[in-house]
Amino acid sequence: MPSKQILVVLVNNKPGVLNRVASLFRRRGFNIESIAVGLSEQPDISRMTIVVDGSTGKLEQVRKQLDKLIDVIKILDLGADNAVVRELALIKVKATAETRGSIIQIVDIFRAGIVDVSSDSLIVEVTGDKDKVDSLYNLLRPFGIKEVARTGYLAMNRGNLISAQEK
Amino acid sequence: MKLTGAQIAAECLIREDATIIFGILGGAILPFYDTLPQYPQIRHILVRHEQGAAHAAEGYARATGKVGVCISTSGPGATNLVTGIADAYMDSVPIVAITGQVARPLIGKDAFQEIDITGITLPITKHNYLVPDAASLPQIFKEAFYLARSGRPGPVLIDLPRDVQTELAEFDYPSQVRLPGYRPTIQGHPTQIKKAARMIAEAERPIIISGHGVVISGAYEELLNLAETAQVPVVTTFLGIGSFPQSHALYSGWLGMHGLAWANLAVSGADLIIAIGMRFDDRVTGDVNNFAPKAKFIHVDIDPAEIGKNVKVDLPIVGDARNVLSALNKLITPAHHGEWIRQIDEWRREHPHTFTPSSGELLPQFVVHKLYEVTAGQAIVVTGVGQNQMWAGQYYVFDRPGMFISSGGLGTMGFELPAAFGAKIGRPEETVWCIAGDGGFQMTIQELATIVQEQAAVKIAIINNGYLGMVRQWQDLFYDRRYTATELSGPDFVKVAEAYGIPAVRVSRSEDVEAAIEKAMAEEGPFLIDFRVRPEENVYPMVPPGASISQMLEMPKEVGICHQNRS
Ligand SMILES: Cc1ncc(C[n+]2csc(CCOP(=O)(O)OP(=O)(O)O)c2C)c(N)n1
Ligand SMILES: [Mg+2]
Repeated sequence: MPSKQILVVLVNNKPGVLNRVASLFRRRGFNIESIAVGLSEQPDISRMTIVVDGSTGKLEQVRKQLDKLIDVIKILDLGADNAVVRELALIKVKATAETRGSIIQIVDIFRAGIVDVSSDSLIVEVTGDKDKVDSLYNLLRPFGIKEVARTGYLAMNRGNLISAQEK
Repeated sequence: MKLTGAQIAAECLIREDATIIFGILGGAILPFYDTLPQYPQIRHILVRHEQGAAHAAEGYARATGKVGVCISTSGPGATNLVTGIADAYMDSVPIVAITGQVARPLIGKDAFQEIDITGITLPITKHNYLVPDAASLPQIFKEAFYLARSGRPGPVLIDLPRDVQTELAEFDYPSQVRLPGYRPTIQGHPTQIKKAARMIAEAERPIIISGHGVVISGAYEELLNLAETAQVPVVTTFLGIGSFPQSHALYSGWLGMHGLAWANLAVSGADLIIAIGMRFDDRVTGDVNNFAPKAKFIHVDIDPAEIGKNVKVDLPIVGDARNVLSALNKLITPAHHGEWIRQIDEWRREHPHTFTPSSGELLPQFVVHKLYEVTAGQAIVVTGVGQNQMWAGQYYVFDRPGMFISSGGLGTMGFELPAAFGAKIGRPEETVWCIAGDGGFQMTIQELATIVQEQAAVKIAIINNGYLGMVRQWQDLFYDRRYTATELSGPDFVKVAEAYGIPAVRVSRSEDVEAAIEKAMAEEGPFLIDFRVRPEENVYPMVPPGASISQMLEMPKEVGICHQNRS
């Protein structure tokens, strides 16, 4: 992901904070590719993982503006190299009696899982980096994709642990 | 002992020394107002429009450096505050806005006069709060005032649901705030400051651009010290007017679209820009790619997001102007830039700041010039927006800090009267002159009633050109003189003033200007002068939009009266 930048933003776990962050991106004309929000290791702090296009040169400005939000406690710029980056996708793919076997084979190779089976479709659950999710998707496409849901990235620095208390 | 939310709010205001509040009540804030008689320390000033409350709070804050407070009911009361809040946001003015909100069970139901004011003001406040319960009030007030006044100041809004105002809670005012996400950098980094000292020592044509941040942090002495020791000429931004004495030999004008020619030329010729507490707004830089093309940049600002936002900076220093300058001054060695200063002086002589002598018609520049003379430069001047604003900045000479108040970033017409009123309330011992446009004045004219009600001795000079003058000037210069919708048929301002109970005169001839101003000054209370000036007078110089600031349109060459900024 050469031009993708991942920002991990630790924020107060309060109503309206996601809105403040999203609104700031809109206001500064900066596109969010994906955003994932959940709890962190501290109950009063949420962790946002935001993927942005880092090639426009506006990243530094957005980072600084984000830092000005009172509810933003810490921002980490994760390079793709030193971070573990994962995305979860649910893919609902058409499956007939004839194709089901081949689909399951592909899913096995990717160490993905089948989480729902019906007479004419399967839901595949896959976790991995963008390449893995994309490749699986591409291989399943010929069978007929009915629906896709992707979480956007979660990311964490390798090794040297960072936490919310640091700041 | 338990108090109601309304009582807690009042107690908090008293703790924050915010005992003058400007507002208008309504259902959603009524419990708070009902509590006010229990707190005679709090002086509530009833305005005539909530926009006036917000601008008055701004005028108060800009004049005193203290946090100004405005208050309104929910819905339309809150939305009427928005322009003033936005104005305060753009100019980093510390105000706290308190809005009533519908009761908590009604929130989200489109209840009568329910409006999502925290949503609306999200991008125009430094922070805002929807109060969840009465117990949270002390913490929220403490934080709100702290945020408004610290770091880069700005507006903070507290949305106060009606039932929170009647809810009981313990009152215990916190002595501290706990804001892990807010830690403004106050001290400049020593290594950066050392580098700055070296760059200043090495520069041959250095220039300081002093902005509103110098005014806000009160770094006048430190700036003077730096300029004098290193012999660096000083230009200011428009809102930086007064941050450096304008009669000082090193003062080199203010820059930008209607800045003085020599200031723009000086900045364009400099090899080092020392920018302090300013943000390279487009009205300052003109074509940003050709701004100070020969210069390296040192940028001192308390807001890291301002550094590198509009221009590339060679040396950033994040910190409070006053702290950074006092640290820098310890490293500055005396220097001389005689050649450079002589060059700027030559530009000043070649591009004098003039106005054409009156050919019978009253000139707005002359009016401002006379205001300066008669007040001996000792008045707080609060301006409108447009031509009157630029003339006020160009022809009044500000030697004392904190005497110039104007809506810079937002350029809000209608700012002048309520802001002047707020300034007078904040600094009653000073003479306050409101220099108004005939257009802007009509946007908040109703605050004349507030002025009379509070017996505030605001002196008002309407620069009445019968036009939305600045826009007419653009039509004149860039739209082939098609004056669409810029002509104004004003009311008889003298009669209007008198109807409100304010003595007033009309002046149409140069020879009557001085006497009228003297009469206004002699009057104990407010006074209004309707100056009927030459309708189609333009403001010069002017940097055409998109041009470099070195390419100014100047006053058509006629023999002018030179307005000496320096003795
Ligand atoms: C609230 C608002 N509306 C519109 C404008 C656009 N505008 C800028 S200057 C100006 C003319 C101001 O007229 P007046 O108050 O008479 O001042 P003058 O320029 O004539 O001195 C206008 C309409 C503005 N700045 N603010
Ligand atoms: Mg006008």
